[in-house]
Amino acid sequence: MAGKTDLRRFPGFLAVTTLCLFVLYAPLIVVAVYSFNASTSITNWGGMSLMWYVDVFTGPEAPKFQKAALNSMIIAVCASVIATIVATLAAVAMTRAGRLRGKIFSFALINLPLMVPEVVTAVASLVFFSAIGFTTGLTTILIAHTVFCIPFAYLPISARMQSIPDMYEQAAMDLYASPREAFRLVLLPLMTPGILSGFLLAFIISLDDFLITNFVKGAGVETLPTAIFGSVKQGIKPNIMAISTLMLVVSVAFVSLSWLVGRMGQDKKKNN
Amino acid sequence: MASPEIAVSVDQVVKRYGNVTALNGVSLDIRENEFFTLLGPSGCGKTTLLRAIAGFEDVTEGHIRLKGQDLVDQPPFKRPVNTVFQQYALFPHMSVTENVLFGLLRKSWSRQDAERRAQDVLELVQLSDFADRKPGQLSGGQQQRVALARALAPRPEVLLLDEPLSALDLKLRQAVRMELKAIQRETGIAFIFVTHDQEEALTMSDRIAVMSAGHVQQVGTPKEIYETPVNRFVADFIGETNLLDVQVLSVTGGLAQVLMPGNRNFKCPAAAVVNAGPGHLSVRPERISVCAEAAGDLSATVIDHTYLGTDIQLHVKLVDGEAMSVRLQNAETTLMPETGVVVGLSLEAGAARLLAD
Ligand SMILES: Nc1ncnc2c1ncn2[C@@H]1O[C@H](COP(=O)(O)OP(=O)(O)OP(=O)(O)O)[C@@H](O)[C@H]1O
Ligand SMILES: [Mg+2]
Repeated sequence: MAGKTDLRRFPGFLAVTTLCLFVLYAPLIVVAVYSFNASTSITNWGGMSLMWYVDVFTGPEAPKFQKAALNSMIIAVCASVIATIVATLAAVAMTRAGRLRGKIFSFALINLPLMVPEVVTAVASLVFFSAIGFTTGLTTILIAHTVFCIPFAYLPISARMQSIPDMYEQAAMDLYASPREAFRLVLLPLMTPGILSGFLLAFIISLDDFLITNFVKGAGVETLPTAIFGSVKQGIKPNIMAISTLMLVVSVAFVSLSWLVGRMGQDKKKNN
Repeated sequence: MASPEIAVSVDQVVKRYGNVTALNGVSLDIRENEFFTLLGPSGCGKTTLLRAIAGFEDVTEGHIRLKGQDLVDQPPFKRPVNTVFQQYALFPHMSVTENVLFGLLRKSWSRQDAERRAQDVLELVQLSDFADRKPGQLSGGQQQRVALARALAPRPEVLLLDEPLSALDLKLRQAVRMELKAIQRETGIAFIFVTHDQEEALTMSDRIAVMSAGHVQQVGTPKEIYETPVNRFVADFIGETNLLDVQVLSVTGGLAQVLMPGNRNFKCPAAAVVNAGPGHLSVRPERISVCAEAAGDLSATVIDHTYLGTDIQLHVKLVDGEAMSVRLQNAETTLMPETGVVVGLSLEAGAARLLAD
């Protein structure tokens, strides 16, 4: 087709692509494969076994990981729910408030956390919490997670919101719905796919986070990623690979779900 | 004070967007139980006026009254006025019935009454069989009727329709016109209908307001608008017309004496504001007949003709070079003048009209 460049014509394109994909995925594949290793070695294949998965749930480190997993879950659920609510309200305000003063500024403010190096946010959060004399622990993790999840929840919600013409709310108000009813009965149901998609994305981002968590968590409180890191520092055992593989599966499942939900909304719109 | 039979009274309404003036002092009285059309070219302010009546736009100046009561400070959800949107704006996540019920339930009808009413209006628009479908599963024409049913259901004082037929194909559009008119008669609700299609306006309306550039040019019945346009814009916009440059010799009592191109005298009705001097004579092509050269009010050379089925359009040129078109009925008895022949054109006495600019 005219105007479209065939990428395959660039010399070395295939080689570079293959190399990138290899560097990205080979370690993941190795981890996943070796999690089924029947030996304590992390380099020698000793046959197929589920022993490390059993070890994760019943072995000596099991209580520690279970507690960490529970913490991760509580934080991910709370942070993503709060972040989704905030992001939904922000998206409505940004797309419906007309020429809101400082709209560009607000947009930048919401999305800035995506651009700021995470370690900077982590240090800043820690400094902030100690400055106001907040004891670090589960609450500080929750606050920090909520804040950095907002932009991730905001992106799919605002994308969805922008594709909903304001004629639906006008039609609702024309039919005697107060602005509040128009929001609840018409706008919110239409936004649902975006909201779900934003929620799932925020959830997985929170579940995966290591850096900020590690800074603000305080002594004794662990989430799954920090627990894994702590364990790895004392030497890598195959049970870590089993946990990592489990987390990978959960992550992939959530991201796929988020994408599917977003897609579903779009297909529905096309039919109208 | 508005008299009781006025449904909506638009009083000196001005609407500005920054330095764009969308409505420039519009005054209109829409009567109860009438099919009233706002007609005008794109950008003349039709949608803006409709949205101002519905409450989606604040007016910069002026008043809008519904049955004598000022609406200006009422939000849209408190105005007993419903709209059929151009894109229908049916709620995609609700079934046809739920869409129709929406307004009724917001107006605190009981569930039972609301459901009965929804059934009745769906029957009125012949959509009872589609009650459980989602809007996405309906054709354009069916969606248009759902939009109509939804807006009619809460028995508004006035129904506003913004080019509701423009998304339909030609055949369907013509069928729906008559249906819409019948529904208006049956419900007895005043309709304010926006269109830029003059044929649509002429066939459906009780009265038409012709708008241009934020002004109302003329309000009248289709016959008045077509046969006695008040100015060049209206004559030109409604239907096809020939506008001839003539010299006005005198005007007395609405009757003018003019000098035609080719220096023949002609007497015709004149619009109120015409004075002696140069003027424009509007002559509808179908009100002209061909005769012997000496007997005509004008003499013209035949240039060409176009076959239109029911009619034949004759293109002629006057002595001063002006082009005109004449419509002759396509009957066996019609004599078709040959190209190049000089003929006389005789204008029906009441059919030509002298207009100001
Ligand atoms: N929100 C707005 N901001 C600025 N100008 C506007 C706005 N809405 C309408 N206008 C202007 O007001 C004028 C009238 O617009 P309006 O939509 O009423 O026209 P219309 O008669 O409905 O035209 P059409 O037949 O194309 O729908 C136009 O010049 C338009 O550009
Ligand atoms: Mg319009």
